Amino acid sequence: MTNDAFISIRNVDKYFGKFQAIDDVSIDIGHGEFFSLLGSSGCGKTTLLRMLAGFENTTSGEIYIDGQPMSNVPPHMRPVNMVFQSYAIFPHLNVRDNIAYGLRKQKLSKAKKYALVDEMLELIKLPEYGDRKATQLSGGQRQRIALARALILRPKVLLLDEPLGALDKQLREQMQLELRALQRTVGITFVFVTHDQEEALTLSDRIAVMSGGQVLQLDTPTGLYEAPKNREVASFIGTMNFFDGRVSKVNGSEISIITEGLGNVTKLMKNRDYVLGEKVQVAIRPEKLRLSDEKPQGTKNLVGGTLENSAYLGERSHFYVTVEGQPQPVAVSAQNQDRVSAIDNHCKTVWLQWNDDAIVILDAS
Amino acid sequence: MSSGSYIKRPNRPLQVYAAIFLIVLYVPVLFLPLFSFNDSIYVNFPLSGFTTKWYFELWDRGPVWNALENSLKVGGVVSLLSTFLGIFAAKAITRYRIPGRGPLVSFIMLPLVVPLIIFGVALLVLLSQLGIPLSLYTVTVGHLIICLPFSIATLIPRFEGFDQSIEEVSADLGENAWWTFWRVTFPMVFPGVLASLMLTFTVSFDEFIMAFFLSGTEATLPMYIWSQLRFPQEFPSVLALASLILAASFMFVFLGQWINRGAYASAAKGNEL
Repeated sequence: MTNDAFISIRNVDKYFGKFQAIDDVSIDIGHGEFFSLLGSSGCGKTTLLRMLAGFENTTSGEIYIDGQPMSNVPPHMRPVNMVFQSYAIFPHLNVRDNIAYGLRKQKLSKAKKYALVDEMLELIKLPEYGDRKATQLSGGQRQRIALARALILRPKVLLLDEPLGALDKQLREQMQLELRALQRTVGITFVFVTHDQEEALTLSDRIAVMSGGQVLQLDTPTGLYEAPKNREVASFIGTMNFFDGRVSKVNGSEISIITEGLGNVTKLMKNRDYVLGEKVQVAIRPEKLRLSDEKPQGTKNLVGGTLENSAYLGERSHFYVTVEGQPQPVAVSAQNQDRVSAIDNHCKTVWLQWNDDAIVILDAS
Repeated sequence: MSSGSYIKRPNRPLQVYAAIFLIVLYVPVLFLPLFSFNDSIYVNFPLSGFTTKWYFELWDRGPVWNALENSLKVGGVVSLLSTFLGIFAAKAITRYRIPGRGPLVSFIMLPLVVPLIIFGVALLVLLSQLGIPLSLYTVTVGHLIICLPFSIATLIPRFEGFDQSIEEVSADLGENAWWTFWRVTFPMVFPGVLASLMLTFTVSFDEFIMAFFLSGTEATLPMYIWSQLRFPQEFPSVLALASLILAASFMFVFLGQWINRGAYASAAKGNEL
């Protein structure tokens, strides 16, 4: 457990009967961090969140919050509050009493209590809504009430279980920005569960990508996108082209690889030593390939292919190019700034170019 | 019915069937109030004139009032007890992982289908073996057995009808199980509690067989009616009494159902509050 970790999840396992939902997960989350658990449904992210809230026990391992072990602390004694996926607004209470719900134990005067509530209503930009019934609210409003109801208790950690999942796209994007601004204002630690990779990239300081109850990679959004550790992470976050390859030359930390499809590529790899002839995978993002219909100057990092298909998406276009040695067409994404958009005839010879540092080298799976 | 959609179009044979169904079900019952206003001690047609004297005669009878008081006492206690127990049974059935939940619930609902005479005899044998004298208390115990399934069946849809995370939110906001129950669960199921009180009171108030086997010297209202059937000259007053009970029972059951009307709709809607 590192000293500055505010939440420390240590070697946690969770079984439901014989099914292992969480498999030896260790995560440290810093104070004031916006931390996301990202994964498809059934990957264990919600189980982990519910363990932080205290609704599920750990089978083994320990969770520390602010240095205190949480194993024997019931949900109502934990210094965390949670925003549920369904919002779970109390239908028998109005908005004001919903937000004030957790204040009972603080034994405040009614005036003091409602002053705090009004402050929260101000914060979530619903100042006139105190007397509304819970049933008279839209999805976005319920979501904000659920936030206010949790935040009024000044928790050390706020847990959010796909809080934007039920909203339509436009409202979701607006709420993402507001959530991020709110987190900076109140300065408490957010642990955010989502299956939407774009949402996770937009909001988070750091992200743990989960699958099958394990953490595949824990990194910043840039780190996850630019330097995925393995094929599963690389294909879960955004789109990725993969090529099989073999190390052909090792020159200090610079290695050359002969690939099926991209020809010869080179890259500086400092994380570990490679041996000659070792099988690896070479990956590259669609937007890091430059497409042209005339053969560019030079021969380095250049490969020719046949344009199979294209899709015009307005701001950018997607192209699918077949290259020799690769059965799967290579995906290319290009901004529609100049003549690239004019390349729309199928079955025509095109050229792909890239920079050395656009290449990602993964261990062969 | 003017809309011509497939489901909502008028269906003449079905309407006729529904009308016949209601007639067969309720017309015999309607003879009770009809003859209770008939100015004759014989129950036959033609009616001989309108009178309310049977009702006044009823008013002046002491034993009726005693029996009514007994029935109200038993009904009141039974409805409170069975609803109180029903709340916790329904919460346990809907909220906790109980091994063998299905068979358990069927077992609890068994008194609805087992002939009451069997329960009555069984309890009578048990009580006499234990040497417990028959009284209104033993009637109360018998009625409790009958009413508990009604109470549970009324309350379960209420408990199932709301999102469980509402209770989790309460725990998350710092309330323990006790406070969560009183601040969230109870207000949410309250219409079901009222409905259960009314339904179980009505069932107990109208029940005869258990009361017949298990009461001592003090009669409940249905037993009083039964005892009066031997005397032809009392019959019109019995009809008047039966009509009053009928009206009160209808009112109670409908009121209970009306209060609890949201339960099934909200259960179907799931998380939508």
